[in-house]
Amino acid sequence: MAPRLRGIKEISSERAPAPPQAHAVPSGVAASLRGVTRSFGFRKVLGGLDLDIAAGEFVALIGRSGSGKSTLLRALAGLDQEVTGSIAAPGPVSVAFQEPRLVPWKRVLANVALGLRAADPVSVARTALREVGLAERESAWPLTLSGGEAQRASLARALVREPRLLLLDEPFSALDALTRITIHRLVLSLWERHRPAVLLVTHDVDEALALADRVLVLGDGRIAHQAPITLPRPRDRDHPALSALRLRLLTELGVPADSTQLTPVTFRSGMPSRIPWAPPRSELRGPTD
Amino acid sequence: MLVPTPARTAPAGTGSHGFAAAFGGPGLVVADDAAAAGGRQPAGRRFTGQGWLRLISPVVAVGLWQAASSTGLLPASKLGSPASIVHTAYNLIVADSPTYGTLQSSLLVSCERWAMGFAAGVVAGVFLGVISGLSRAGETILDPIMQALRSVPLLGLIPLFIVWFGIGELPKVLFVTLAATFLMYIETFAGIRNVDRKLAEVGHVLGLRRSEMLRHIVLPGALPQVLTGLRLSLVASLLALVVGEQINASAGLGFMITQAEQFLQTSVIMVALIVYAILGLLADALVRLLERKALVWRRGFVE
Ligand SMILES: Nc1ncnc2c1ncn2[C@@H]1O[C@H](COP(=O)(O)OP(=O)(O)OP(=O)(O)O)[C@@H](O)[C@H]1O
Ligand SMILES: [Mg+2]
Repeated sequence: MAPRLRGIKEISSERAPAPPQAHAVPSGVAASLRGVTRSFGFRKVLGGLDLDIAAGEFVALIGRSGSGKSTLLRALAGLDQEVTGSIAAPGPVSVAFQEPRLVPWKRVLANVALGLRAADPVSVARTALREVGLAERESAWPLTLSGGEAQRASLARALVREPRLLLLDEPFSALDALTRITIHRLVLSLWERHRPAVLLVTHDVDEALALADRVLVLGDGRIAHQAPITLPRPRDRDHPALSALRLRLLTELGVPADSTQLTPVTFRSGMPSRIPWAPPRSELRGPTD
Repeated sequence: MLVPTPARTAPAGTGSHGFAAAFGGPGLVVADDAAAAGGRQPAGRRFTGQGWLRLISPVVAVGLWQAASSTGLLPASKLGSPASIVHTAYNLIVADSPTYGTLQSSLLVSCERWAMGFAAGVVAGVFLGVISGLSRAGETILDPIMQALRSVPLLGLIPLFIVWFGIGELPKVLFVTLAATFLMYIETFAGIRNVDRKLAEVGHVLGLRRSEMLRHIVLPGALPQVLTGLRLSLVASLLALVVGEQINASAGLGFMITQAEQFLQTSVIMVALIVYAILGLLADALVRLLERKALVWRRGFVE
């Protein structure tokens, strides 16, 4: 028998902003969550979570795998109908997912312009592509883009809507270290220019430290810890204040302090365990090995 | 809420039931290709560059056949030699024989039946598939009927069709229609339901209206599978044509076959069968071309 898949009608009707009662929020707030709760079966993933994000604030959300980061972000994006509590996110909300999720049968420009309600969507989209440095790839098919290009296109598609709240779910985790650094800079400059509030989900503590005004740690279904960062950007990752905060956050994440000394690679900015331009280990061995 | 979509829903037993499978043959091959086409590389390009190599074995086979006929190993009464078949084909084209008419006129009659039946089947199948695919109510009402009907072996319907529709054109065309309808229905329905849910979510966060969602996400997303359905149903409807045409035909390729059967002229039968085969190949090539045009994005060809 066929698995019960839902009709498009049902998919489409999910559009209405998720939670039933969204509380009133002052104008300086981009998102406000009160008592947000979500369970899957008997597992409570979010349990009465409260959070406010100020307009224009850059917030990073870290947490162990499975702690509910994506669940929270989907709730904010209005993609989750079964979440309870109150969520207020006035104004346009944009999302960039971990996979770029470009519509494969639309060229890059059409992807960015998709659903855009501007007077001249195409030229607006073109401007956005120029901002992320993809102007000359506008007529490419998404499947021909490199990972970094696709992610930048996805970013352009999110930003072109001039969101008040930009939700980023680990959009950089599949990129190599160099591309990541480039995209970090890009995100910061775009953020400085357009000033949306940003909620960046990441598992990379260094990424959070480099970018955010405030780092949140999700644990036990609520914001278990949070730390503001006032250092100006660009930040030196070896700054003593950041080093102290890094340790603190890693401890919050349940990583024993001394193990961070042994395996820093996992938490650095996505540095691969093997240097890309070095020959594979097998080639370094002697022929008789 | 996020149920990962299976690569292919159960009703998409593509070509493994019903007509195509009843006859084995190309239907199954197409189904394999269709599965592969879900990936990046479209089917049919795997042998590019060594295409001519694939001609060797058929040519050798025909050579052996000719040799067997010439040496008398294969009596002409069972199966004519390739040369005699070519000769027969030539005669059927240039001369209007009282028994068979010309090959062209028979071909035209058959093609007309096929085209009419096939077109009707595609329209009906896509229409019903879209209704089932887009609404749960449509699925609840239509799908059980379609699933039940498609399990009925088409061949078994012939006696009923004769009782219902007589022996004129209608049962033949309808037979072709039916074969195309079910496959188109199944593939369209599955195609719509298999549309990547992640893309549907993208549509939501981009604020697409329902009609835009259909136009930009759902229908284009279903297209690859609809085109696969088109290919499968071309094959199936051709098979239906071959069988349906032998219901007391008075014109067409099937008529040629039944006539030739009475006069034991195997080479005429062979000519008709080869023409059917060529029709099938041409139709398949046409759909492949269509796929290549419609699904450029999949190969990343920028034109
Ligand atoms: N649709 C679902 N059905 C059942 N359980 C789910 C569903 N979605 C998420 N979960 C569960 O909820 C928990 C939180 O998932 P979520 O995707 O939010 O984690 P995450 O913090 O984003 O993790 P990661 O860092 O690995 O992406 C996980 O244990 C996951 O298995
Ligand atoms: Mg996640």
